[in-house]
Amino acid sequence: MAKLNMVQAINLALRQEMDKDATVLVLGQDVAVDGGVFRLTEGLLERFGPLRVVDTPLAESGILGSSIGMALAGLKPVCEMQFSGFSYLMMGQFEAHATRMRARTQGQLGVPLVIRMPYGGGVRALEHHSESREVLYAHLPGAKVVIPSGPRNARALLIAAIRDPDPVVFMEPKHSYRAFREEVPDEEETMPIGKCQVVQEGSDLTLVSWGAMMRPALKAAAEVEQKRGASLEIIDVLTMAPLDSDTIAESVRKTGRCVIVQEAPRSYGASSEITAQINDKALMHLEAPVKRLTGYDVVTPYFGREKNYIPDAARVVHGIEETLDFQ
Amino acid sequence: MPKKPIAKFSVPYLQILDEHGKVDAKLEPDLGQERAVEMYRWMRLARELDERMLKLQRQGRLGTFPPCTGQEAVSVPTAMLMRPGDWFVGAFRELGGRLVRGEPLTATLDYYNGWEEGNVLPDKDLRILPTSVVIGCQIEHAAGLAYASRYKGTDEVAVAFIGDGGTSEGGFHEGLNFAAVWQAPMVTICQNNQWAISIPRAEQTHSETLAQKGIAYGMPVLQIDGNDPLAVWVAVEEAIGRARTGGGPTFIEAVTYRLLMHTTADDPKKYRTPEDEKCAWDKEPLLRTRKWLTGKGWWDDAAEEALLAEVKARVEAAVKEFEAPKDRAQDEPFRHVYGTRHAVIDEQHRDFLANIAREAEHG
Ligand SMILES: Cc1ncc(C[n+]2csc(CCOP(=O)(O)OP(=O)(O)O)c2C)c(N)n1
Ligand SMILES: [Mg+2]
Repeated sequence: MAKLNMVQAINLALRQEMDKDATVLVLGQDVAVDGGVFRLTEGLLERFGPLRVVDTPLAESGILGSSIGMALAGLKPVCEMQFSGFSYLMMGQFEAHATRMRARTQGQLGVPLVIRMPYGGGVRALEHHSESREVLYAHLPGAKVVIPSGPRNARALLIAAIRDPDPVVFMEPKHSYRAFREEVPDEEETMPIGKCQVVQEGSDLTLVSWGAMMRPALKAAAEVEQKRGASLEIIDVLTMAPLDSDTIAESVRKTGRCVIVQEAPRSYGASSEITAQINDKALMHLEAPVKRLTGYDVVTPYFGREKNYIPDAARVVHGIEETLDFQ
Repeated sequence: MPKKPIAKFSVPYLQILDEHGKVDAKLEPDLGQERAVEMYRWMRLARELDERMLKLQRQGRLGTFPPCTGQEAVSVPTAMLMRPGDWFVGAFRELGGRLVRGEPLTATLDYYNGWEEGNVLPDKDLRILPTSVVIGCQIEHAAGLAYASRYKGTDEVAVAFIGDGGTSEGGFHEGLNFAAVWQAPMVTICQNNQWAISIPRAEQTHSETLAQKGIAYGMPVLQIDGNDPLAVWVAVEEAIGRARTGGGPTFIEAVTYRLLMHTTADDPKKYRTPEDEKCAWDKEPLLRTRKWLTGKGWWDDAAEEALLAEVKARVEAAVKEFEAPKDRAQDEPFRHVYGTRHAVIDEQHRDFLANIAREAEHG
């Protein structure tokens, strides 16, 4: 057991899985000699050599397209998009091939690969380095989308993603990379893909979030609990697609109230899908409208204005209180 | 039947002013004193701004940015050769060229400090496209700009830049192919600075030169010493001239070196040695340009001193203006989502204002 940040935890997952399974390899821009621009893959080249830790030319479509080929040949590529904002250059390969190969061949061929990418704001970076666009991937049938929120679940979910038979988009909240540490067990630990996690049980309101937004959500929850003695149930989505709507609906049937916190723009966001699922499965138990606290439908501002465009704890507190007070 | 060659290609190389300041008199272009000195002045200004930005960044007064030190000799002469109607389509390491073209120093500072204001030019007819952070896309834009110039029957040329790493992106290849198929008036200049973050040129492509990639699309190519402003001058003048008179696109590989870190967030010690850098510093462009000017009798130590003071003052004034308190409306992004108003945006705009008002109140 060691106290690791998310960078170290992801590095540990890669190292352990590569130790264990000789078919796992890592490829991407600057992942080998440099150890990744965020140092996620540091030390892997020294341990596993250049055949398994591959610095590629600068081409996202090439990285994913060749990863698909490797996966079809029985390897398990874990490829990296340097930033999610550049990943759209591989969207053609992803939609046309990674997500479809299984259905196309009635299950004969699968594409077990992982696409890691840092996403999200709050790091004072240039354009295209701050967006949260998980639904672009979650919307595609055949795609699995996993978004860890902390070191421990990042480590466990990445191992599960590598072992998964399908393409997994593994979106890493870069704002959380070095923001905090958690105890991460040395021995192998996995978590199921396709399951939400109830991180705190409660009876008055269900608070749902994922990725970097879990931190303001948790902070706001603690504040509201202290301020007015409310009991909040908190759910970390963890897998965006396929969505574990049963766990969320079950919670809402119990609490009758729900607030969803999302960094991404509002329209057609994951919170809209979650709301729809609650309507399908728990409508008659609702005592207040489901509240979505989200980013806005604007092009993500450069970092000078970024702060006000990302939901923060104060906004979440307000949203929770409005929902609790709704008669 | 035995194999026989059906096509032969070669890649010419051009250097006029070598690293010691020695000039090949037969090839030397006739810039005249005024333009020669102007060229050096722009290069010096770009260098000064770059150095100042690095300090500002280290002091927390500027965001992450990619220094251009050592690459001034590529974009400065190029921009000087362009006409007002031409399009300057940069990658992100063409600081000098942008300044020549008319981008204010304050715009550069704004841009790298997280303000879209940095993309707003004093006049949109300056025809400088905003930085394409997503590598490679701009080459296709340039092909379209060049097509439009043919379409409209003008003689305007699109001049696009890309890095050595960028030549691996699909956009680069698609853009070059389109331009060649259309015989569009486009000049593409690859700043081969030997590195794409940590990836050395030799690992980026197995090709012997980057220049030869243009041959594949059927356009004239040239590899030049990109630290030699005279070679750049001659190569770009010829390429722009050909494009302007209906001769189609050209691809130029300018061999230079990224003397500093990739961006201020990067640590080159991870992947290259100080010796690599030292060798490259010996070939940097400003020194040899100064030697050339001095040899011509157009420059001396007093002129150098005066110029240094002048560019320092100019950069200082820009920094002052950039850091002066400004009214930067927080809700600006809502005004530019679409060219038309829409109720969804208006509604969220109101929410946004209410949210920040409430937070201002509660602290
Ligand atoms: C499509 C895309 N992928 C990745 C990046 C991240 N990135 C920024 S600069 C860079 C290297 C660029 O190398 P090169 O084209 O040689 O230009 P240089 O930085 O040397 O000027 C990378 C990988 C990006 N900006 N866009
Ligand atoms: Mg380069």
